[in-house]
Amino acid sequence: MAHSHTSQAPELRDPAWTGRVFWTLAGLVILWPALVATEFKPWIFLDPDNLRVTLRFLGDFFPPVFTGEFLLMVAQESWRTVAIATAGMALALVLAIPLTLLATRILSVSALTGRMAALPFAVRQLLRWVMILLRSIPELIWALVFVRVVGLGPTAGVLAIGLTYAGMLGKVYSEILESGETHATQTLLRNGASRLQAFFYGLLPQNASELTSYTVYRWECAIRSSAVLGFVGAGGLGQQMDNSMKMFNGGEVATMLLVFMLLVGLADLLSSALRRAIR
Amino acid sequence: MTSATLASPQGFSVGLEAITAFHPTALAGAPPCLQQISLAIAPGEQVAVIGPSGAGKTSFLALMAASLKPANGQVLLNGQSLWSLPQPLLQALRGQVYCAPQTPPLPPRQRVVTSVLAGRLPSQSLWQSLISLIYPSDAHLAAQALAAFDLEEKLWLRVDRLSGGERQRVGLARALLSPARLWLIDEPLSALDPKRAHLVISVLTEQARARRITLVCSLHQVDFALSAFPRVIGLQDGRVAFDLPAKEVDPARLAELYAQEAIPDSSDLLQTEESTSPAAIATQAMVRCR
Repeated sequence: MAHSHTSQAPELRDPAWTGRVFWTLAGLVILWPALVATEFKPWIFLDPDNLRVTLRFLGDFFPPVFTGEFLLMVAQESWRTVAIATAGMALALVLAIPLTLLATRILSVSALTGRMAALPFAVRQLLRWVMILLRSIPELIWALVFVRVVGLGPTAGVLAIGLTYAGMLGKVYSEILESGETHATQTLLRNGASRLQAFFYGLLPQNASELTSYTVYRWECAIRSSAVLGFVGAGGLGQQMDNSMKMFNGGEVATMLLVFMLLVGLADLLSSALRRAIR
Repeated sequence: MTSATLASPQGFSVGLEAITAFHPTALAGAPPCLQQISLAIAPGEQVAVIGPSGAGKTSFLALMAASLKPANGQVLLNGQSLWSLPQPLLQALRGQVYCAPQTPPLPPRQRVVTSVLAGRLPSQSLWQSLISLIYPSDAHLAAQALAAFDLEEKLWLRVDRLSGGERQRVGLARALLSPARLWLIDEPLSALDPKRAHLVISVLTEQARARRITLVCSLHQVDFALSAFPRVIGLQDGRVAFDLPAKEVDPARLAELYAQEAIPDSSDLLQTEESTSPAAIATQAMVRCR
């Protein structure tokens, strides 16, 4: 790094500097082909023709529709959307919690004294792959599959969200558990507690706030996700939005977008309230 | 095996036979953290372990807590060779050894009552321990244990409301609820004022004696080690420097034991002879800190 320097003064240059510069440049070099591949040209937005089209599309959104009958329908479909997201999350949790408990390294008894034994290591690795499989298939694809199996409607959405989110939750939960302070949990295991006892008396109280906030954030994502799934016939607000878009009724779309903002805002409030309660 | 040991409420005996052990995160080629350790501790005996920082006191306790597996030699607890046991039996045996680490192992958001009752986990079924999380089942036991350490008013507080010294005593109060027959206490006085230090040492030794529990306690306070424990083991560079009745530990031995304390331990910082430039030292220190 600094061998070209011939001065006798003590080396005060940050030894990490060269590495930092290298990785910044490397990052830019990797980013360049990505920008080329995605034809990233933001200036086309400012082209007068494109600008006119964009403005006309956005102009259709005004005014939002606020007729009583439509609002009633939107309220019902919003409720269905929240229900799809909530049921999907519940299904995801039912799958993700056991996956997390089995996959996290912290609860390994054999790893208490150095390396984890071969069999538990293999099981944990296998579960990691199961979670990758679950989340690598987008919920849209799961929904298309389930719409064929269980027919049009919310059930397909619930199943799609449940499977994809189980993989995501399981992965992030085990990472949250592994990156937190593990002293309390490891001591419980060393003193003869079982894995689940160590989880409930050590790991869970240590990480409850992070786990809650991530879970509520995922619930918020599930609400948004159920909108996308609605476009392939999985029910809820998304399906209505699809209908309105097909009929070029921008006002109705705008109303539903406002409802989405409201829902996401509510999820945010819920998350901070829960975290305040746990803190 | 468990039922037999529970039926006879006697402390565990400890046997260490020709132990060599390496620190779990040691680099290849690093010297062992414990070597040539051979000694026996009788059931119900009370032993203090002293020695300079880095002498291997914590590793010595970890050896008996079944959390450090020796590279060579045998660890016998209650006559059973630890590392020949299948894992379920080993984990059951861990439940009969209470190991209190130097930093109290308490989740900040947990309540004191739960932290103390966690000492009972090895003797509880999962179901019992879950019910106790919903409603603390034997709060009076936790209150008694806390009262012994002068903390009874903290029962319903959260751990993060406590001072460092209070947390340390909560960690020790947990020992009073554990079903253990061997207590391994790592520097219980490190965060305590002199008055509390007296209290803690007398509670630990008296309770261990009353329950006939074997007690091994590492200490930096030599005066406490000599006054409260009948037997003192001096550790130096991972070896037993002396293992004597407290009465026979004279100032000359202590001076020799701590003679190296002032010199920083440079032998494992500098692996190679030529790397003495400040930059090289800094780099190596960084590597070690990661």
